[in-house]
Amino acid sequence: MAETSPLTVFEERQDQIHCTGDGPFEMACNRDSLAGAVSQRACVFCGSRVVLYPIADALHLVHGPIGCAAYTWDIRGSLSSGPELHRLSFSTDLRERDVIFGGEKKLAAALDELIDRHHPNAAFVYSTCIVGIIGDDLEAVCRTMTEKKGIPVIPVLSEGFKGNKRAGYLAACKAMNRLVGTGDVTDISPVSVNILGDFNLAGEIWIIRNYFERMGVQVVANITGDGRVADIRRAHGAALNVVQCSGATLDLAKMMREEHGVPFVRAAYLGIEDMADSLYRIADFFKGIDPGIVDRTRALVREEVSALLPRLAEMRRDLEGKKAAIYVGGAFKAFSLIKAFRHLGMTVAVVGSQTGTEEDYAELAQVTDPGTIIIDDANPLELSRFVKEKDVDVFVGGVKERPIAYKLGVGFCDHNHERKIALEGFEGMYNFAREVHASAMSPVWRFVPRREAQNRAAAKGGTAPADAGSDAPAPGEANIPNDKEAVA
Amino acid sequence: MKTKESFVSTTNACKLCKPLGATLAFKGVEGCVPFLHGSQGCATYMRRYIISHFREPMDIASSSLGEKNAIYGGGPNLKKGLLNVMQKYGAKVVGVASTCLTETIGDDMPMIIAEFRREFGDLDLPEIVQVSTPSYEGTHTEGFHAAVRAMADQLVTDKVEPHGGVNVMPGLASAEDQRHLAELVRLFGAEPTLLPDTSDTLDGPALMEYERIPSGGTPLSAIRAMSGARGTVELGRTLKGMRTGGDGLAQRFDVPLFKIGTPVGLRETDGLCAALEAITGAPMPKALLKERGRLVDALVDGHKYVFGKRVVVYGEPDLAIGLTAFLAEMGAQPVLVATGAEKCGLAGHVAEACGDLLRERPEICEGVDFHEIAEKAEAMGPELLVGNSKGYPSARKWNIPLIRTGFPIHDRFGGQRILHMGYKGALGLYDAVVNAVLEKKQSDSPVGYGYL
Repeated sequence: MAETSPLTVFEERQDQIHCTGDGPFEMACNRDSLAGAVSQRACVFCGSRVVLYPIADALHLVHGPIGCAAYTWDIRGSLSSGPELHRLSFSTDLRERDVIFGGEKKLAAALDELIDRHHPNAAFVYSTCIVGIIGDDLEAVCRTMTEKKGIPVIPVLSEGFKGNKRAGYLAACKAMNRLVGTGDVTDISPVSVNILGDFNLAGEIWIIRNYFERMGVQVVANITGDGRVADIRRAHGAALNVVQCSGATLDLAKMMREEHGVPFVRAAYLGIEDMADSLYRIADFFKGIDPGIVDRTRALVREEVSALLPRLAEMRRDLEGKKAAIYVGGAFKAFSLIKAFRHLGMTVAVVGSQTGTEEDYAELAQVTDPGTIIIDDANPLELSRFVKEKDVDVFVGGVKERPIAYKLGVGFCDHNHERKIALEGFEGMYNFAREVHASAMSPVWRFVPRREAQNRAAAKGGTAPADAGSDAPAPGEANIPNDKEAVA
Repeated sequence: MKTKESFVSTTNACKLCKPLGATLAFKGVEGCVPFLHGSQGCATYMRRYIISHFREPMDIASSSLGEKNAIYGGGPNLKKGLLNVMQKYGAKVVGVASTCLTETIGDDMPMIIAEFRREFGDLDLPEIVQVSTPSYEGTHTEGFHAAVRAMADQLVTDKVEPHGGVNVMPGLASAEDQRHLAELVRLFGAEPTLLPDTSDTLDGPALMEYERIPSGGTPLSAIRAMSGARGTVELGRTLKGMRTGGDGLAQRFDVPLFKIGTPVGLRETDGLCAALEAITGAPMPKALLKERGRLVDALVDGHKYVFGKRVVVYGEPDLAIGLTAFLAEMGAQPVLVATGAEKCGLAGHVAEACGDLLRERPEICEGVDFHEIAEKAEAMGPELLVGNSKGYPSARKWNIPLIRTGFPIHDRFGGQRILHMGYKGALGLYDAVVNAVLEKKQSDSPVGYGYL
């Protein structure tokens, strides 16, 4: 029998969990989820739906039984400044007879009906598991409807079982790539970008666009937050693609580089350094044709950061020394979050993602402190174990992780697509700090069984209670007044 | 009555898929892990959907089929998944539900599970309940009832000594409803066995240790002993037309079955009390008579506020029937009763439950989505919506109150603790309805009365 690593709950997953400092770093990832483990992952369809969903003037028709459409109805905080067609949930609601006789006719009729009703500028047709099995020819139906309706009707090959979320990202990028290159690009500035991989949760893309505008950069297309079909059609006219997120839209950037010669840079809008670095990287790209851009960007960053830091300092006083756990969809977000927590004086004890790559994890191992748990495709058993073992104060994750944290009496900050609070940009960093602060500093943790037990044990042993540890000034911070003592 | 043929496409469905209902039912058995035989996404989507309502952990295991499995069959993954759930979660029961994928590729679940039992017979195997829930047929409600029936059929195998207990199949009830149902049975002097019982598993306390499987749920021993109960109460008028878990217990073990309406409002709760009286032989408890009296008193006190109010009711059929009957009792005018489910005999059940209380017959729609509900309702001038939180866009558009009931409630707190059933539940709902009417009146008024 194989020797079980002390970190594992499931033996088969032992090379998907790593503790930094424990020998050489090797991580297996991009594997299929283990049967019977409750993976936090989703499916190909989910990946495609996540990427395309915010395109607000397109019709998003899910070709399949009702569940896939029902569970993705208006669940995200992706805002639109205009049309809101994306917030409706359209389905062909396939039935047994469609499964037996094929769903193509129903699909065509549904498209006919919905396009006439809503007059979208394009339609995306998502295939689901069952469509992959019954073999409906989506391509043919979409071609016919494109001709009949005079708008692009585009199949998204997102059969759920054909891989994981990343395969869905690729399918979505392929679908969007059919639009790119079909629009007029004559009035586009040479200093222009497309924003890729931002979904305008709680209006975040508007924050980023505002920075770009202040730098003198024209934004051609939002891909896909507050997205519009016409913008995507002319996205190839932009001088640069700025790509955020761990690969949700990276494939599209690569396709556009190959087919239209548009270069791309990676960007991250979470936290102070990553936000500023991203802006500087863009300024650097354009400084040849617009020398003033570097100064404008510096001024922008200076203005924003000098307004932000004093506000952060107030919260840092409370948060200094507290511990966080991070479990997010893509590993890229984890990098930014680790840095953001450092600004709050907090350490990250557990970090993981659903879909990170080997390079992502290697980098995570480098940027985290020794003893940090790094984990790929985790499940509730593993997450709860590490959150508890590391005694973290705040867990950052999505809605599926929230009850794990709360059940154990651990603070939580929602960093998933359902969030209604903007966390990007400099003002987003402030919101993030406030979110973390509101959770970590709530008095309710005192009453949860875990803390009560710790406090009881501490009282018996005569040492300081566990949750008071962070109240004490951290080394080097002793000169900061501890305003909590006044309360106590 | 209208069924859904007018539109080909569905917009904003007023239903969920069948396997989701099955996972909710399985969640109500002690030591049980709900398990979906299908691709990973189904389990994850449903977990998220359910968690957003209950704000509780909801683990659903999956056989996580990939492309190869879809071609060569999902048997090996199902077996491997069962082993994992059993060894790592320590599941005493695994509730396996199929999905559209595994139904379409033709996986024979009973055969695969029989093979599993043979191959691993030397291990301490959990009970495995399996149910067929293709998502292209029926709704989450039917999936729920199918899973209840599967549990009754597959877990209750022998006649036990009569023990005087009462079986209750509560249907899709809130955690608070289930607690109240158990309390009602106890008031009649009998011990209840709820199947399923999610009142602890989906509304549990704060914990010291994360539980692999949340404690609570109906114990396996209690389920097995359902064959010796004095009677079974099965809630939901639409169950009358189908073979249910209660039917199985009646046929195989002669447990008298009372299929009655979901006890929402005065008369449907009277029906429940009558059934409990008949089963236990105990008279109506004094405490309940007092609760009933308080409800009638409230109906009198508030009748003018709600008389003739035009109400749209939608959602899961049995809850919708109960709510409509209660609205009729208070003198409101249900104008539209709608559900995404089909072939559930909604019109007949609503007519029966409302009796001669209504001055106008409401329009009844089966198999409709929220697009159609909104289209129909708009012309009717509705003044109040009653249903789950998915009707909110219409409530917002028409600027009328929405009384949130049932599942899912994704835009308010404490959905699992809403009490709909019993006289007590009716009283709470009544307060909510009257107060919604008053609040609307107050905020629309140019005067801003402080006395209403």
